[in-house]
Amino acid sequence: MTRARSSRSILPGFGLSLGFTLAYLGLIVLVPLSAAFLRTAGMSWHDFVAAVASPRVIAAYRLSFGASLAAGFVNMVFGLIVAWVLVRYSFPGKRIVDALVDLPFALPTAVAGIALTSLYSPNGWIGRWLAPLGIRVAFTWTGVFIALTFIGLPFVVRTVQPVLQELEPEIEEAASTLGANRRQTVIRILLPELLPSLLTGFALAFARALGEYGSVVFISGNMPMKTEIVPLLIITKLEQYDYRGATAIAVVMLVSSFVLLLLINLLQKWSRRFHTI
Amino acid sequence: MAPAVPAPHATRPPFGARPARSELPRATRDPAWARWALTGAALAFLAFFLVLPLVVVFAQAFSKGGAYFLAAIREPDALAAIRLTLLTVAIAAAWAIAKFRFPGKSLLTTLIDLPFAVSPVISGLVYVLVFGAQGWLGPWLIAHNIRIIFAVPGIVLATAFVTFPFVARELIPLMQAQGTDEEYSAVTLGANGWQTFWRVTLPNIRWGLFYGVILCNARAMGEFGAVSVVSGHIRGETNTMPLHVEILYNEYNIAGAFAVASLLALLAIATLVIKSIVEWRQTRTA
Repeated sequence: MTRARSSRSILPGFGLSLGFTLAYLGLIVLVPLSAAFLRTAGMSWHDFVAAVASPRVIAAYRLSFGASLAAGFVNMVFGLIVAWVLVRYSFPGKRIVDALVDLPFALPTAVAGIALTSLYSPNGWIGRWLAPLGIRVAFTWTGVFIALTFIGLPFVVRTVQPVLQELEPEIEEAASTLGANRRQTVIRILLPELLPSLLTGFALAFARALGEYGSVVFISGNMPMKTEIVPLLIITKLEQYDYRGATAIAVVMLVSSFVLLLLINLLQKWSRRFHTI
Repeated sequence: MAPAVPAPHATRPPFGARPARSELPRATRDPAWARWALTGAALAFLAFFLVLPLVVVFAQAFSKGGAYFLAAIREPDALAAIRLTLLTVAIAAAWAIAKFRFPGKSLLTTLIDLPFAVSPVISGLVYVLVFGAQGWLGPWLIAHNIRIIFAVPGIVLATAFVTFPFVARELIPLMQAQGTDEEYSAVTLGANGWQTFWRVTLPNIRWGLFYGVILCNARAMGEFGAVSVVSGHIRGETNTMPLHVEILYNEYNIAGAFAVASLLALLAIATLVIKSIVEWRQTRTA
């Protein structure tokens, strides 16, 4: 069924569609992005380092990267479980649950932000129970982590699910007939097969979490040096008309996004090779 | 198919196309305790992270009674916000629809995915760098009295950047799975390019296209980070619904914020329902 459109020469319209796509891509995406890099190229190295490595910025990197990694990891574990349950088991309301997994894609981030904040603030539905235990979620690192987990949730599920569906039961049956017990089958047969898609999902969730703004700013409290994420720092600098500082930080974030994107593409090539065997 | 995920396996069979798992031999079945534990863990995780935030939006929206809810969404500022958002949607959707036929080259796909990997805040920032008062075109725009940043065109551009991949991402796997046989037949039978497109390709992809546009709409109406950078927060003029949510929330008008938020949440739920219907239809026609 997988058939690439390899020879399109007979079908008309190739030049038109490709040309239009490239023009649109260039105008909307590439030219504006290059503006960020060219702006930074005008800065001296010293200014650049001062802008991207001040203590406040470094604290923000630490928070953004740390919380995104933690959220990506939690999503990897629970995303695998959710995908497994959705593909392998049946229970009432399964289709609704399956549709609901996409909620973080569809729900505007600001809505998610205020909803999570009012759940976890000290007088919220969940925060009320945590406060007497001395656990504060809203306006701390944990709050940022929870918001990032929310928005990254669909990525692992939606990359693992199709792979799991296409996995032939014959492989597991073969393992079973050769004397493997269920645990061995899962660890030796299933997990290696799912690994590329798991890592892809993790990288996607991580990349999304790094840039996330709307759902985090409400719950984080935005205290400089403590709960200030990198995108917020960019906005703060913009509001102070520090365009160069904002652009320099943006370039650092852009480069890390590009590296992640490259990694995701390599992972997908890897997983495709796995699948054509 | 998840829209924001670069689909590694374009031909995932739709739900319902696979055999029921209960017919599978015992070798692939987990013990009952594992089934229950995993199902429980998955559902608890989803309930905690997905259902609860959704419920709290509506509970808070109605906490001060329906009348307040109506008053909040009828507020002129909110209406202006809705109108502006719908305008954004219409233009962004039109842009998106116009470019649906992508030859799937790997570099091109990577470039199309680029906006997914870029923080919305940075998407807004780059437009400020191009069109803002300090930007490349800034002096020229000021001289000609054209406003882009802190005005509607800036919001539309930033939204177009952010929603750029959605329709394409939805259509590429679908069109790849369908192959080119039907188009070849049409051409062989003497159809010209536009006839082939209108009579063969478009009917084949209409459901995917429909869902892509709906999703694009939902994202466009809900976009927050990019829009908040380029809009300048001028009430009643450059204030989209999510920005209005933020303003009300920061003014401690919690019920009002949640009233507007619940409208956006309803839109999100509608998107998910339409997605399920589209998937169901694709399964039936397959």
